[in-house]
Amino acid sequence: MPLFDRKDKSRYAAFTRRTLLAGGAVGAVLGALGVRLYQLQILEGDQFRTKAEENSVSARLVAPLRGRILDRFGVELASNRRNYRVLIVPEQALGGVDAALDMIGRIILLTDRDRARILRDIADNKKFVPSTVAENLSWEEFSRVNLHLPYLSGIQPDVGETRDYPFGDELCHVLGYVAAVSAKDEEADSNPVLELPGFRIGKRGIEKSFDLDLRGTAGVSRVEVNAYGRVIRELSHDPGTPGDDVWLTLDQDLQKFVVQRLAGESCACAVMDVATGDVLALVSTPAYDPNLFNVGITPPQWRALLEDDHRPLIDKALAGLYPPGSTFKPAVALSALDAGAITPDFSVNCTGSLAFGNHIFHCWQKHGHGHISLHRGIAQSCDVYFYNVARRLGIDGLEAGAHKLGLGNHTGIEIPGERAGVIPGRAWKEKTYGVKWLEGETLNAGIGQGYVLVTPLQLCTMAARIASGKTVSPRIVRVLGRDAQQRPDIEKLQFSDDALAAVQSGMNAVTNEPMGTAFRWRIPNPGFEMAGKTGTAQVRKISEAEHLAGVIKNDKLPWKLRDHALFIAYAPVSNPRYAAAIVQEHGAIESHPHVQMVRDILLYVQQRDPLKRAAAWPVSAASLVSTVPHA
Amino acid sequence: MTTTPYVAARRNFTWIEKFFQINWLFVLLITIIASIGFAMQYSMAGGHFFPWAAPQMIRFAVGLVILAGVSLVDIRVWLALAYPAYLVSFLLLIAVEMIGHVGLGAQRWIEIGPIQIQPSELMKIALVLALARYLHGLALEEVSKPQKLIVALVMIAAPAVLVLKEPNLGTATILFADGFSLLFLAGLSWWWILPSFAGIIAAVPVAWHFLHDYQKRRVMTFLNPESDALGAGWNITQAKIAIGSGGLTGKGFIQGTQSRLNFLPEKNTDFAISALGEEFGFVGCITLLALFAVVIGFGIRTAMSSRSQFGRLVAIGITLNFFFYIMINAAMVMGLIPVVGIPMPLISYGGTAMLTVMFGFGILMSVHVHRLVELPRSSGGIV
Repeated sequence: MPLFDRKDKSRYAAFTRRTLLAGGAVGAVLGALGVRLYQLQILEGDQFRTKAEENSVSARLVAPLRGRILDRFGVELASNRRNYRVLIVPEQALGGVDAALDMIGRIILLTDRDRARILRDIADNKKFVPSTVAENLSWEEFSRVNLHLPYLSGIQPDVGETRDYPFGDELCHVLGYVAAVSAKDEEADSNPVLELPGFRIGKRGIEKSFDLDLRGTAGVSRVEVNAYGRVIRELSHDPGTPGDDVWLTLDQDLQKFVVQRLAGESCACAVMDVATGDVLALVSTPAYDPNLFNVGITPPQWRALLEDDHRPLIDKALAGLYPPGSTFKPAVALSALDAGAITPDFSVNCTGSLAFGNHIFHCWQKHGHGHISLHRGIAQSCDVYFYNVARRLGIDGLEAGAHKLGLGNHTGIEIPGERAGVIPGRAWKEKTYGVKWLEGETLNAGIGQGYVLVTPLQLCTMAARIASGKTVSPRIVRVLGRDAQQRPDIEKLQFSDDALAAVQSGMNAVTNEPMGTAFRWRIPNPGFEMAGKTGTAQVRKISEAEHLAGVIKNDKLPWKLRDHALFIAYAPVSNPRYAAAIVQEHGAIESHPHVQMVRDILLYVQQRDPLKRAAAWPVSAASLVSTVPHA
Repeated sequence: MTTTPYVAARRNFTWIEKFFQINWLFVLLITIIASIGFAMQYSMAGGHFFPWAAPQMIRFAVGLVILAGVSLVDIRVWLALAYPAYLVSFLLLIAVEMIGHVGLGAQRWIEIGPIQIQPSELMKIALVLALARYLHGLALEEVSKPQKLIVALVMIAAPAVLVLKEPNLGTATILFADGFSLLFLAGLSWWWILPSFAGIIAAVPVAWHFLHDYQKRRVMTFLNPESDALGAGWNITQAKIAIGSGGLTGKGFIQGTQSRLNFLPEKNTDFAISALGEEFGFVGCITLLALFAVVIGFGIRTAMSSRSQFGRLVAIGITLNFFFYIMINAAMVMGLIPVVGIPMPLISYGGTAMLTVMFGFGILMSVHVHRLVELPRSSGGIV
């Protein structure tokens, strides 16, 4: 190569050597980078892929759809309805959160308390997380928001799901309600689904006892999030498994009828199928609207419920304890007959009172019933007769017999909060009061007073057992999901047939023989007749002086001091099908409204029986209530 | 070595002749590399040309024009402009020191009208030109003479120290590397080189004291990224996750989660190739490195084929400058060295870097076009 500069030759040679050296170094460095890539991407690739996924994929729970609660014919008693909500996304509110709330406040009502809650919510969350402004809006309000949406920056209308009780207060004590999860609930149940905003769990009733079944299984939404936690897109969505439907034994039409019939009174009433134990209606009045608890009850509403002297929050059918009074007498009679303490012919001369020890036990009939045997004793509810029966039977026999009829025990119904009541006995008294049983207390127990306390549902169970002669127990859940619920085995009741027949005959006389205490309020329709037993439970002490002067009539006493009125019944008399029990607090007045209620209810339920429709025609429930002459 | 006889005899060529002397295959090569960059910018915007891909393409197009224009300028003009360019760049560096804006915690920019100028970028090319000119005038044995060497060292150290003070450790490192490489390639005696190496290694503990806090922190987090996985270690950790998760063939175009979801810091600038690693995997990264290797090979070939020492040194200087960018950026992103703010040439988003690189390639191409031009050692070039 001819070079202009001879000295350049040595420079060029040196440059070439050094360049080749440098080129080698460059190659080595690039090779090293390649090795590093191989290490990162091929050798450790899986590891980094997992890390990248952990970075960007976040799994979020999706609340499952809560199962419905249905009556025996499939009427929805608790369902899910659309919840129209308005949300605010702070970062999208161009004029600021305050301005956005001012705007929306002109369209829907926002109290200062709401505003404070919304602002607190926003402060707690990131700017792109929506906060609830208002929920459970009416369709009209929701439409209004949507109409004005172009002027509401940052506001998002949204439709969610919320629990709905279409029959409101008619079923509140059976169904209970769902409400927001409390800190205590979260402690008791570690299921992460509880932490979802807006999640509701069952707090009472069937909603509580079947909460886990109704709840279903939470789904998972896998979302891609960016470095700031913002959701970019959904990768997969598993909606979860909706909760199981719960089918009740209730007949909502009957339930509604009972509620209407009991309206205005402080009552508890149960209606049962005597063959199966299916509870057809279970009512405690007054009641409350369970939707209030789901949506959020206001302090004045809550105070009103608490302060009502008719105690709407108590489920009187299950948790109300009452002395059974004379409705206890069939149990006493049955126990005594079965134990051989008496025969149906056992006869007593009632003079209006019985002296025992240093105490006088009065009959409700001041002048006495005269010579009286079992049939009339039940029909006319002679106290003196049953003092004698109880004395012959003894408290031990009475205790055992009452328990056999389902009194003083939990019935096992699937609604939480049931109380057991008290059937007193020697051991019970020893344990509770630390003193021995007194014979005089046996006499009191014989007419369902003293220590005896039962629930209306237990009374209904007793009536059903007497009617069917079987060990039926009330059950209110028929089907859970797709599976029929297991029921306790129904066996023959351990009372002799003769004893049962004698008591049934006495109860028939109560309503269907002119001497009976409830004859005036019988069901006159042939084939629909009911048998029953009336009862009155004292809520005040009647002094000896008042007994002498004549007991003050309940009608003349203030409501709070009147006796409780009770009635148990079953129908039809021959081949019974339905049993009912009612307790009307402070309802013992001459016209026996509670017996009239049961009469109407038992007639109505029989008419609903498809087999009997033809025979009942054209009598309808509505016409019946007005056509039966009131005494 | 290829020479074309009829041009070899001449010292002056027509513009048309020069235009056809441009190695258009090389232009195609860097266009392919830049296109990989566009694709990544497009992907990181979630499949959109804005805000990054389109401006980057426009800059590259401008860069191509600059490349062609610069490559047609006679190498003697570059020889003549070497010292003035160095002087201007040096003055701008001083200006930055005095009036520079504070950007990213460092004074790196000055504004002239609407244009932001980063003098340290200009200095990379100016230093190569000036040093090549200086060494061009020295015979081989003169390079190692102390009185000659000291001038070269001052030429390197003066701007590098200024850049280091900005502070911009990455660019200062590259300036030092450029300068020392040229000394090495000009034939500096091993008697100078080996003891210097030993000295540098001994000086590392001393230099540690002069590092800024953020620089020390970068080094510390580099040595143990997990110690601060959500703080300063975040960059390294996330970049490694991005690259590693790509595996052999990557997650696919626009499928990278790390880059798209902002787990990658400065994803479209310094960390752009981690997105490439994530979406195109080992295959994509190796392909890019191979393309870079071809570019470097072309640079080396150009240097070797030049008949002037100035041309050789300029070509190799620019090529190695390009290589140092790649090496430092790739090593940083792969977690081999601490985080320093050096972009990946042709791939990272950024105007100054793109135009500087294209200008450099223009000069490289000018050396290629004028490879047969012989320059006397005493030549001052022509303006």
